[in-house]
Amino acid sequence: MRTVDLVTYQDNWWEILTSDFMRNALLGGTIVALAAGLIGYFVIVRNTAFASHALAHIGLPGATGAVLIGIPVSLGLGIFAVGGALVIGALGKKAADREVATGTVLAMATGLGLYFNSLATKSSSTMTNVLFGNLLAITNDQLVVFAIMLVALAAAVALIYRPLLFASVDSEVAEARGVPVRTLSVVFMALLGLVITMAVQVVGTLLLFALVVTPAATGIQLTPRPRRAMAVSAAISLVSVWAGLAFSAMLNLPPSFVVVTIACLVWFVVWLSARASHRAGGAIVGAPTRATAEHPVHA
Amino acid sequence: MSTPDPTATAPAADVTSAAGAAAAPPALVFDDVSVVRGGRLVWSEGTFEIPTGSVTAIIGSNGSGKTTMIKVILGLVPTASGRVRVLGHAPGEGPSSGRDDIGYVPQDYTSTAGDAIRARDAVLLGLTGSRWAFSRITREQRERVDQALAAVDATEFANRRVSQLSGGQRQRVAIAQAIVSRPRLVVLDEPLASLDLRNQREIVDLLGRLNKDLGVTILVVAHDLNPLLSVLDGAVYLLDGHAHHAPLSGVVDEDLLSHLYGTRIEVVRTPQGELFMRSV
Repeated sequence: MRTVDLVTYQDNWWEILTSDFMRNALLGGTIVALAAGLIGYFVIVRNTAFASHALAHIGLPGATGAVLIGIPVSLGLGIFAVGGALVIGALGKKAADREVATGTVLAMATGLGLYFNSLATKSSSTMTNVLFGNLLAITNDQLVVFAIMLVALAAAVALIYRPLLFASVDSEVAEARGVPVRTLSVVFMALLGLVITMAVQVVGTLLLFALVVTPAATGIQLTPRPRRAMAVSAAISLVSVWAGLAFSAMLNLPPSFVVVTIACLVWFVVWLSARASHRAGGAIVGAPTRATAEHPVHA
Repeated sequence: MSTPDPTATAPAADVTSAAGAAAAPPALVFDDVSVVRGGRLVWSEGTFEIPTGSVTAIIGSNGSGKTTMIKVILGLVPTASGRVRVLGHAPGEGPSSGRDDIGYVPQDYTSTAGDAIRARDAVLLGLTGSRWAFSRITREQRERVDQALAAVDATEFANRRVSQLSGGQRQRVAIAQAIVSRPRLVVLDEPLASLDLRNQREIVDLLGRLNKDLGVTILVVAHDLNPLLSVLDGAVYLLDGHAHHAPLSGVVDEDLLSHLYGTRIEVVRTPQGELFMRSV
């Protein structure tokens, strides 16, 4: 039987970590982590986690198709992800009502991505990069584009923050108060499409959930205050990307794998401790206040 | 209103809580209004006025268009014909701050996002949720949120996640969100559905206080009038595809109610003078 070294320690890891391509990886990863933190809270509150997963897959034929016709991969990816996001946003209705349709489009898009890839001769590395991400391949040009996207995203979120929150939490009341709920839904999906375009290049289509959704879910478990949850979520994404790159240099592992592992571990630990404190807290919460006496089971 | 429906004209004396505001223009005017949704006529010939400062129920059998009427008032559903005036303006219009004048409590308040937000923040959205661009929350806004929470007895669970609240507590938070902008009209869609008797009682008392103490005009969709009888001044009833209004004395009528619900209804008056109705 062949033995497999699961990890190999590389003693030149500091050299690797301070090299030029690693600098791009760190900067790119940082930008994407911040962008994911800004949008992730809303992805959860708006129940669009599955839609974001699907959009990442919809980007796949864009990326492999771009190679086929000779345009930048990021551009093809962006056109498909944002285009798909606009369609989903314009359809309105709750994400939960569209699961089957979204899943079907997801499957079709992935198949199409594979087909485009088979037509092109040199794109098999593109396929792997899009499916699993490749932080180490981020170029200077991409960094500039990422930075512009992050600034645009931050400006947009600052502008629409309260109406978007209102529309996400109480869409009926928000609509009655004159908030343009449908328009905001389309704008939000376009922003989500942008973030996904960036994040796919870091962790890939298949692992995107772990960077865009999982840290936000962790943040919401830790605090119910929207802006704090966004900050916590961004912090978890940042730590995941930075530590992910460091460990991958140290132990010669694929960065995406380590990034995703850290984000998921943090989520799991927080989830476990929340459950534990929920059980332990039952008796404490049961103090004889009027509110808890009224509904002890839900307290 | 040129030719008022005889059943729709409320003699001023019947509208007790509006007596002090007799000179005030009506909160709501419907003039021969009809609504079509999905090619189907929902109801028509809606001609009535609802006095400012009154508590009015909207009643009718399932599918008769009660929620549609609320959406017309909120400006979310267009009318097919006729004229509607809400606080003196066309629905959904009015001065820029006009929509602060109307509070709305929908059915099934906050079903999905309740885990990601505290009750206090949900109430704050009633004040700041329609403002664009980022701005700090002012001390005055914070105080108004505290006042709204106190007014509905929600202070003690204000910092809990909405998902952790019971049905009655959620309903209070929804009402706090609706009143935090100090509206003149509050519209509630089935606020008593799925509440136990004690919570029903408390929400009805709360609506009564809002009306008496703050002079808020209240419109409430209900399928059971009994819990509301102590605070009601009148009702809009949707019968045979038409919308009518009558003061309470006109609504608590065995023939009308039996026709309305399609089952024999008996109105009982207790020796203490309390009214209730039951299906027999």
